[in-house]
Amino acid sequence: MLTLQEIMETIKMVQEENLDIRTITMGISLRDCAGPDSRQTRTKIYDKITRLAGQLVKTGEQIEREYGLPIVNKRISVTPMALVAESSVKGDMVDFARTMDDAAAAVGVNFIGGYSALVHKGFTGADHRLIDSIPEALDVTTRVCSSVNVATTHAGINMDAVYRMGQIIKKTAERTADRDGLGCAKLVVFANVPEDNPFMAGAFHGIGEPECVINVGVSGPGVVKKAVETVKGAGFGVLAETIKKTAFKITRMGELVGRTAAERLGVPFGIVDISLAPTPAIGDSVAEILEAMGIEICGTHGTTAALALLNDAVKKGGAMASSYVGGLSGAFIPLSEDAGMIRAAEAGALSLEKLEAMTCVCSVGLDMIAVPGDTPAETIAAIIADEAAIGMINKKTTAVRMIPAVGKKVGDYVEYGGLLGRAPVIPVKPFSPADFVRRGGRIPAPIQGLTN
Amino acid sequence: MLAELKKTESKGNRVIVTVVGPDCVGIIAGVAQVLASNGINILDISQTILQEFLVMVMVADMSGSPADLTTLKERLAAKGLELGVRIDAQHEDVFKFMHRI
Repeated sequence: MLTLQEIMETIKMVQEENLDIRTITMGISLRDCAGPDSRQTRTKIYDKITRLAGQLVKTGEQIEREYGLPIVNKRISVTPMALVAESSVKGDMVDFARTMDDAAAAVGVNFIGGYSALVHKGFTGADHRLIDSIPEALDVTTRVCSSVNVATTHAGINMDAVYRMGQIIKKTAERTADRDGLGCAKLVVFANVPEDNPFMAGAFHGIGEPECVINVGVSGPGVVKKAVETVKGAGFGVLAETIKKTAFKITRMGELVGRTAAERLGVPFGIVDISLAPTPAIGDSVAEILEAMGIEICGTHGTTAALALLNDAVKKGGAMASSYVGGLSGAFIPLSEDAGMIRAAEAGALSLEKLEAMTCVCSVGLDMIAVPGDTPAETIAAIIADEAAIGMINKKTTAVRMIPAVGKKVGDYVEYGGLLGRAPVIPVKPFSPADFVRRGGRIPAPIQGLTN
Repeated sequence: MLAELKKTESKGNRVIVTVVGPDCVGIIAGVAQVLASNGINILDISQTILQEFLVMVMVADMSGSPADLTTLKERLAAKGLELGVRIDAQHEDVFKFMHRI
């Protein structure tokens, strides 16, 4: 029998501490849709997505009602579109983004990920076409998310892709300038991208994945923060133990929802992503967890150590709670989506450099960061290269989701509302890395990659 | 595996109803009336006073109820407003999954 304390603990987590399931994401393979005729391929894509994901939203809502646990998002990820569209040589690549958008709208999901290319070692023809079409694709669609993997520990860093993505991010910002560069919020540049990530904007259905799968992303920074507050002044052992136990409980909810959803939809259950994903809601902040640990304001000295402890304890607790942990599984530190991070950046405590250091010890990278609109493409590319280098050397995922805010300077804001939040424009260094970025070619795989 | 986990001691479609708030006359009667009118059988009641607050937990079986959990939650919340307490209901599996391995 459950005790009264246990029951009240769970009730409090949901009612007061924002415990929710952030996303159930259905991964769908589109490999069997490829063909020489673009129109036919797109019809197959539309039919397959709407057939497999037709019941996704309804099933999600049903589980929400039954268990009384909010499931914030229901989403879809598909095979990287550069692979699917590769054979359809004629026709416009953007049409594939439109098809994804239409299919997502038809089944009622708010985002569909997979307008993606994997170019860590080099480009194919379709990779070039897809990457060049990203600014337009993200402008003319509303639900499509795009990602490009430019580096891995085993392949090194494709610096041609890095430079190209610097330019593409600039173009995407310009094309969607009337919406504060919203296109850039749906575009992620990765190193060591995971194939089963359920979180947007970086989700896609990897090539080693089955036909169809359900992956779940849990949330709960608010719950962890409350737990940390109860052990104020206690030693690090107690602190780590408290976070671990809390992460275990949060992850169990993800496991329950994921398995139930997979069973009802008749598809295999993939993974639970145990990332701590903040939202702009008060109290649902990763920065505030670090502050509850004793850091006066997120970004000051000690922040990286605090984040390392947090990230590791979450993984240890989460790994015990789920039979299959995957995806990104680490703490997210998106600037615009975390009220505490925004406050820290406004106070001058949190800089781009500190954020970069923090990405060495957590997933995922420089996320949702607005920089001045006149930042050169070469500088953005160099920022991507720095992050990719951290990922490559440390055998971890890193990513850059950056918004060069057109016409804005340091101190201005980009505003999206909803889960994407608002971001203060923060400064970048004025000195040029252009000659380095323009060298061309590939940074060789590091010695860490030679594991055989 | 899910079926196995759920099988352990799960009988019927059980929900856990919680009431938190200042104690007053008629709280149990009010909650019981909502449950009875929705065809829900009360299996167990436990209550305690934490500081000046009443904390009550009921285990109830919904398998004979025509209402779903969302509807029940709404009806209980409305009754809670009337009584000046907070009433909520959640599926038993949520608690079992979180606290038992």
